Amino acid sequence: MHLMINGAPHDAEPRPGQCLRTVLREAGWFGVKKGCDAGDCGACTVHLDGEPVHSCLIPSFRAEGRTVTTIEGLAGPCRSNDHAPGTIHPMQDAFLAAQGFQCGFCTPGMIMTAAALDQAKRRDLGTALKGNLCRCTGYRAIRDAIAGIGHVTGGREGGDPVGRNLAAPAASLVVSGQARFTLDLPPGDALHMKVLRSPHANARVLSIDATAARAIPGIVAILSHADAPPRRFSTGRHQDPRDDAADTRVLDPVLRFVGQRVAAVIAETEAAAEAGCRALVVTYEVRPALLDPNRALEAGAPRVHDPRDNPDADAPPLGHHPNLAAEVRGEVGDVAAGLHSADLVYAETFLSQRVQHAAMETHGCLGWRDSEGRLTLRTSSQVPFLTRDALCDLFGLERDAVRVVCARVGGGFGGKQEMLTEDLVALAVLRTGRPVRWELTREEQFAATTTRHPMRVAVTIGACRDGTLTAIDLDVLSDTGAYGNHAGGVIHHGCNEVLAAYACPNKRVAGRAVHTHTVPSGAFRGYGLSQTIFAVESALDEVARRLDLDPFDLRRRNAVRPGDAMVSNSLEPHDVVFGSYGLDQCLDLVEAALHADPGPESEPGWRVGTGMAMAMIDTIPPRGHFADARVSLDADGTYSVRVGTAEFGNGTSTVHRQIASSALRADPGRVRIVGADTDAVGHDTGAYGSTGTVVGGLAVLRAAEALAHRIRARAGELAGSAAEACRITADTVETPGGSFMLEALGPLEAEGRADGSPRSVSFNVQAFRVAVRPETGEVRILRSVHAADAGRVINPMQCRGQVEGGVAQAIGAALYEDFRIDDEGRVVTQTFRDYHIPTCADVPDTQVLFAETEDSVGPLGAKSMSESPYNPVAAALGNAIRDATGVRLTATPFAPDRIYRAVAACLSEDAART
Amino acid sequence: MDLNTIETVLRPRSRCQLPAWREGDACLAGGTWLFSEPQPRTRRLVDLASLGWPPHTIGPEGLTLAATCTLAQLDRLERPPTWSAASLIGECCRALLGSFKIWNTATVGGNLCLALPAGPMIALAVALDARCTIWSADGTERDLPAADFVLGPQHNALHPGEILRSLRFPLAALTRRTAFRRISLSPAGRSGALLIGTRDVDGAVALTVTAAVRKPVRLTFDALPDDATLADRLGAAIPDALYHDDVHGRPDWRRHVTGLLAREIRDTLREAGRCT
Repeated sequence: MHLMINGAPHDAEPRPGQCLRTVLREAGWFGVKKGCDAGDCGACTVHLDGEPVHSCLIPSFRAEGRTVTTIEGLAGPCRSNDHAPGTIHPMQDAFLAAQGFQCGFCTPGMIMTAAALDQAKRRDLGTALKGNLCRCTGYRAIRDAIAGIGHVTGGREGGDPVGRNLAAPAASLVVSGQARFTLDLPPGDALHMKVLRSPHANARVLSIDATAARAIPGIVAILSHADAPPRRFSTGRHQDPRDDAADTRVLDPVLRFVGQRVAAVIAETEAAAEAGCRALVVTYEVRPALLDPNRALEAGAPRVHDPRDNPDADAPPLGHHPNLAAEVRGEVGDVAAGLHSADLVYAETFLSQRVQHAAMETHGCLGWRDSEGRLTLRTSSQVPFLTRDALCDLFGLERDAVRVVCARVGGGFGGKQEMLTEDLVALAVLRTGRPVRWELTREEQFAATTTRHPMRVAVTIGACRDGTLTAIDLDVLSDTGAYGNHAGGVIHHGCNEVLAAYACPNKRVAGRAVHTHTVPSGAFRGYGLSQTIFAVESALDEVARRLDLDPFDLRRRNAVRPGDAMVSNSLEPHDVVFGSYGLDQCLDLVEAALHADPGPESEPGWRVGTGMAMAMIDTIPPRGHFADARVSLDADGTYSVRVGTAEFGNGTSTVHRQIASSALRADPGRVRIVGADTDAVGHDTGAYGSTGTVVGGLAVLRAAEALAHRIRARAGELAGSAAEACRITADTVETPGGSFMLEALGPLEAEGRADGSPRSVSFNVQAFRVAVRPETGEVRILRSVHAADAGRVINPMQCRGQVEGGVAQAIGAALYEDFRIDDEGRVVTQTFRDYHIPTCADVPDTQVLFAETEDSVGPLGAKSMSESPYNPVAAALGNAIRDATGVRLTATPFAPDRIYRAVAACLSEDAART
Repeated sequence: MDLNTIETVLRPRSRCQLPAWREGDACLAGGTWLFSEPQPRTRRLVDLASLGWPPHTIGPEGLTLAATCTLAQLDRLERPPTWSAASLIGECCRALLGSFKIWNTATVGGNLCLALPAGPMIALAVALDARCTIWSADGTERDLPAADFVLGPQHNALHPGEILRSLRFPLAALTRRTAFRRISLSPAGRSGALLIGTRDVDGAVALTVTAAVRKPVRLTFDALPDDATLADRLGAAIPDALYHDDVHGRPDWRRHVTGLLAREIRDTLREAGRCT
């Protein structure tokens, strides 16, 4: 087959059922991404004879004789081995200027689509972009790019780079399709792995007959539980591995959810590996399954982790139901007395559903042995160091025998704080001795990775007539699914800051995380708080209404403030301090903004209402979060920053560069960031818990400051003057004895470390004005305002993007996303057309406001701001719908088909009144 | 996605080159659904595009669309100004969950054959009295009203070896007044209910209900119905079990909004009647 790709002739021999996407990637055009492989997400958009198409849906034979343009060739002809983009298309330039991306995985397809829009389509971007999904940005930055609105400021303008909108270091690579993600590599001689997954929610593998599979040409190895190490681990990764129960095997004969790995087939081609999976004959002993978390602790409930299946394990503590994965209990003051003394007691139960991270890049991993025989994994992870450590424990390897690296990662949201591919790829590499790659399909991503913990939260609140809270009581049931990864962390965190945010003398928590035979829950943006904050902030809204108080004032009266002890449910000492406090400003900012501009009028027949909610979060996870950084002045006079943090749209590489440039008085263009490689530094706990700025950034700051001192000392030594008398400039050091070029002083190096303690608190306040159509249950957002207390904001453009992205993702969970499991335990929603994440049309612009605070704990006064904007959104929306219709909704998502009956009640009330 | 079980692609240039049907065959039109899901049982693709059918023909009797006409070709069609119902074409294209990029690939016939409740080309064809021309395996043709082509979700009236060749829209239907209503769980989401009303010059009214129901339902009225008549007819024609149940809308909500949208369509057709 002959075709033109980016201006050059290309010959290919596609397989009969091959799609154009993989033909292009096999030819080295890695800007063509696989987001869904099903035509829903648009990440693979190319131009075919000038028309934009989803290349995953185009049968490759139809490209014969035609012209294909990929992101790499948008600006003009080029070849796949050209590394530096020569020219740049105006739309690529616009995405640079607006920084219309975060992780950048959707960006090539987004730009290819945007570049094909005529004026009419640009006027209705919601429709024009409905075939392009972005999980990071919330679309405002993309809309700005298409409208030609820029935000980036140059790094060469002088002055302190901190506080300015510097571009992401990889920006030009991202918009030109040259940024390399996990599997953007020539296939080489890597084998392909595919996994047969359990069709049963609870079963035991009795036998696997691989005779037919082994006969298929190209099959290299078939792995089953007999090949797996006996050790158990948790896919959930934490600094202290004991935080998560070791309950998972690489391959286990006991299957605890539909979708669990049964066997792996490793073959020369993906097609052979798939055929091998289909040819395996497995005999199962099917057992009764537990799907309802409400029944998990009943005496006769099927056991998810039955001690009889794992005779080697420690016996569970007496009195504990085996399905109880984790528990938190605590009381401060006297809740019963507090409720008794209240003028108003409000109690309600709120449900937060299961939702999925839906990062645009699925989990994927490529493993090989390097020239020295070291096991090396290139993987899509937020936690390369903890993954390295887990692999060493699992396979009995020394730390220096394993290297884990991340390329650019296509979105995380907590879903990649897990070891979900690396263990099996490592086993396959160790078994075959050959490189092995494994890329999860979107269906596998939905059916067999992790989700947010679904929670049932019963809240009881007591209050005096003046609004003073007398008691808060939470009873929480969290469904952790088949495995205990993050079960304890999420239930503890979820029951912590939600209570610590209020200075109420009497608080009580009873929280339990239970197992069911369903896909495991795991770490998810907010880490338990989005579910409990939905409950408590909805309840507080109801308390304010019933006491006829303003909801902002109710928070002002009760919210914790400096001088108060931060207490959740125990009086145990902790390391959280008020490094700064901006909640008061956030409340004022949002209230004033909403008052100044309530947004557009609604259409006739729609009810309008306003609602708000607040959230507090500790800036760092508890019990230690470590980062090492090494900053060097290289022989050519430029700087390198080595730090373990992965870049997955969190923007930390930008922030780290700004921090280092500031400390070294350097032009940011001369500072290179090298990250996410276990060879780069000693340790890095990882980019979770919103720590990229406050832990990784602090380590970078310390290393950069130490290096600056060393540079001045070196210059002083050469000049015969004191280090204190020397001053670093962009490319020299000025000393009393004259000026030295930086090139003349290097190489020099310094290290820095942060240990994640003490910790501070960040705040978020969200308000919405919504319109609800009672006859249909439709909800439209007319106005969205969010204020964040992020301390000193190092990059306002990026921090705004984190807030917008968090709000958008939470709008998805509050209004649309419905991860559905059927009564056999199967995940029903395995595609983006069935699991609706927000599109451009679903997400309004959110006005983002920042409190002006300076934190005493974080680097340069900064605080974390990436998970927390998610947390107040569902409650603020529910409160606005309550204001519009009089109906208190207690379960997300507030989808029209779920709420129309309830909200229609306001129509009959109106009718009764007239 | 790559369909790794496909062993052969046949690209017939004429009807006589069509193969005898066998297990594991799939007809490939645009491919926007076929390539969007694993097809482990499919071994051979028969490419209909290579037959080179002209996408559309306008004649005195109306409009004929080849099954392989893409949504983009349909949307761009220059149509006579007297075709008042042609506004439905753009509305139905926009009702597709896929964006304008999918229109470049997806076909009218493919949308019908896939037979999803939310298929907007099904709504268009049923509302405008289109008839399907079907090529049978024995070399003959048969003809079926579009309303009878879709039998249920992903279930159509084609027998093994049959191919949907074209859709014929009669001129009378194309000159009717129309009203279009659609609702989904999210603004640009998959249709939860898609209703089209048409009104003839003699006042006869037809109401087509799709997306909310497992297969299209078409009701005809001699004149604009009142609320009670509308409700009675909908209730009689659509038993509860016929309302579709999936993640894009619960059946009780679909029933509720079907009634609401039907009344809105009736009102719109009445207003339009007053204007002329």
